Amino acid sequence: MQTFAQLKKNIKKDFNGLTTVKVALLGDSATQLLSIALRGTAYDEGFDLKIWEADFNQIERQVFDDNSELYEYQPDIVIIFHSAHKLLSKYNKLKPEDRILFAQSRLDLLEQINNKIQQRLKSKIIYYNYNEIDDGVFGNYANKTNVSFLFQLRKLNFELMQFAATHSNFFLSDISSLQNLYGKKTLFQSAVYVNTEMVFSIDILPAVAAQTLSLIKALYGKFKKCLVLDLDNTIWGGIIGDDGMENIQIGSLGIGKAFTEFQYWIKKMQQRGIIIAVCSKNTESVAKEPFEKHPDMVLRMDDIAVFVANWENKASNIRHIQSVLNIGFDSMVFLDDNPFERNMVRENIPGITVPELPEDPAEYLEYLYPLNLFETISFSEEDTERTRQYQVEAKRTVLQKSFTNEDDFLKNLEMVSLVEPFNKFNTPRVAQLSQRSNQFNLRTVRYTEADIEAVGDDENYWSFAFTLEDKFGDNGLICVIILKKENESTIFIETWLMSCRVLKRGMENFVLNTIVQFAKQNGFTILKGEYIPTSKNEMVKDHYKNLGFTMANEYWVIDTTTYTDKKNFIHIKK
Amino acid sequence: MERSDILHGVTEVFKDNLDDENIILAENTTADDIEEWDSLTHVQLVVAVEKKFKIRFNAKEIQSWKNVGEMIDSISVKL
Repeated sequence: MQTFAQLKKNIKKDFNGLTTVKVALLGDSATQLLSIALRGTAYDEGFDLKIWEADFNQIERQVFDDNSELYEYQPDIVIIFHSAHKLLSKYNKLKPEDRILFAQSRLDLLEQINNKIQQRLKSKIIYYNYNEIDDGVFGNYANKTNVSFLFQLRKLNFELMQFAATHSNFFLSDISSLQNLYGKKTLFQSAVYVNTEMVFSIDILPAVAAQTLSLIKALYGKFKKCLVLDLDNTIWGGIIGDDGMENIQIGSLGIGKAFTEFQYWIKKMQQRGIIIAVCSKNTESVAKEPFEKHPDMVLRMDDIAVFVANWENKASNIRHIQSVLNIGFDSMVFLDDNPFERNMVRENIPGITVPELPEDPAEYLEYLYPLNLFETISFSEEDTERTRQYQVEAKRTVLQKSFTNEDDFLKNLEMVSLVEPFNKFNTPRVAQLSQRSNQFNLRTVRYTEADIEAVGDDENYWSFAFTLEDKFGDNGLICVIILKKENESTIFIETWLMSCRVLKRGMENFVLNTIVQFAKQNGFTILKGEYIPTSKNEMVKDHYKNLGFTMANEYWVIDTTTYTDKKNFIHIKK
Repeated sequence: MERSDILHGVTEVFKDNLDDENIILAENTTADDIEEWDSLTHVQLVVAVEKKFKIRFNAKEIQSWKNVGEMIDSISVKL
């Protein structure tokens, strides 16, 4: 991790071309250096954070005063940092009989803060939870009495998680776990605190900033989707080709325990929705054998979306995996015990993350946990299904090869699509898709669940969520359209995004037919679209042109009255 | 360690943390003499000096210095 001095040097660099995010930073302790650390870290992550810092200890005033600078600034993200130190000061001043309700009263305040901000701004809130301070007043008995500070602080941290789970625009940055990792002595230095009112030491600021930026990156759609694994000495001990299946270390053999625990971690990632791929220098049948037959293997063939084992170089194999999955290299993580392979992949595949695994496999997990490679801001039903969907996709590819005619192949798929407006069942997935889709995304507007609910409630908006199912299986919800009434005759496509899983199935035509028909029925003669270029969405540069739209004043338009339905083989699911 | 060595070390810390290679410190240099040296960067400098000389200042000392010479006094008694 970079030092604070290094981050500070970033401040003078050129922020041109980076993603601009307006951030309001509200703290009850001195935050100037935190602000520098945040901006410096953001530079390395490709963001230009425009940070507005509230004056010292003004959180409540800024939030509850309707005319405050906070509301004037209109930030995209509000960071609220109530420090554990100030929390302790507040607790100290309470009458002993009031201490039992301390956590609850802080939560009540937080609820008011959250409601007020949501009412006035569309911002996401990042809230720093509390690093533990044990004031030593009760000793271990603090755990046994609800009036102790430790009891109230831990209760507050737990209730904060409950609160975050039920408020979709509210995110927690886990300062408490940072203290677990680095220790209180690193987090807090009394001399610095007494002289400056800063509760974070200079040494911990880069870690705090990195953690906050992980959340911001995820909020802006930058996160990892796929884990690519080497096999020999990475997920089991030994060389399968030399040692044979019965001699690889997994389970009780040798240091097999380390690999078993490592595989459980990977399995949990898979269950959370991370796509697992294998990239190994091996003979395919030999490499697959443990997945099929070894009793102690945690990972099975069912868990692997793409399995590549051959003697080609790994960079080409990873490019192959990337093309099958249709995701960006920057959303892939590659784990390999061999430094040569790691360097080769790192040098040949820009954007991919390749952690420097420790030499001792027993340390893999302790090394990987704090890297926080797989930050996310959502988790939905779809995530648990993802691996199966990619496996089914591989079967479709095989079928496609058996047809020489594209139309025959598409007909043979027997595709149906369910078309619905946003509702409480599809809202989480719609929001998530808006955050994940980078390539097939015309305007790259990101929505949280609360944003999606707001669209559903606004009478000037119409929403469409499309699923796609075929004889091999259900792809789930794969396309989102948001239309906005511009005037009596014109309706604007505020969002058109699609999962790349369903490219080349005629889905674009089906979607356009659907929305043109809707526009016509509601008296709109002009359907208007826009392409906003990003570094990722080159793929849809000519999307509207290819669909027959024409350019008019920087926008793409099509006349709904003369429109004729475009060919496709998708039927509406009743 | 000689006072001149300490002064040299402190100067290096200032140059690096204030990102200015032209800084020249003397015993009588004060915060007013160096543009970037304010209450905010002061903490950063103090922590960096602590690291450089592998020492720890107490809260009182940090507030007490009137110039670089007094900071060197605090450092030299700890070495």
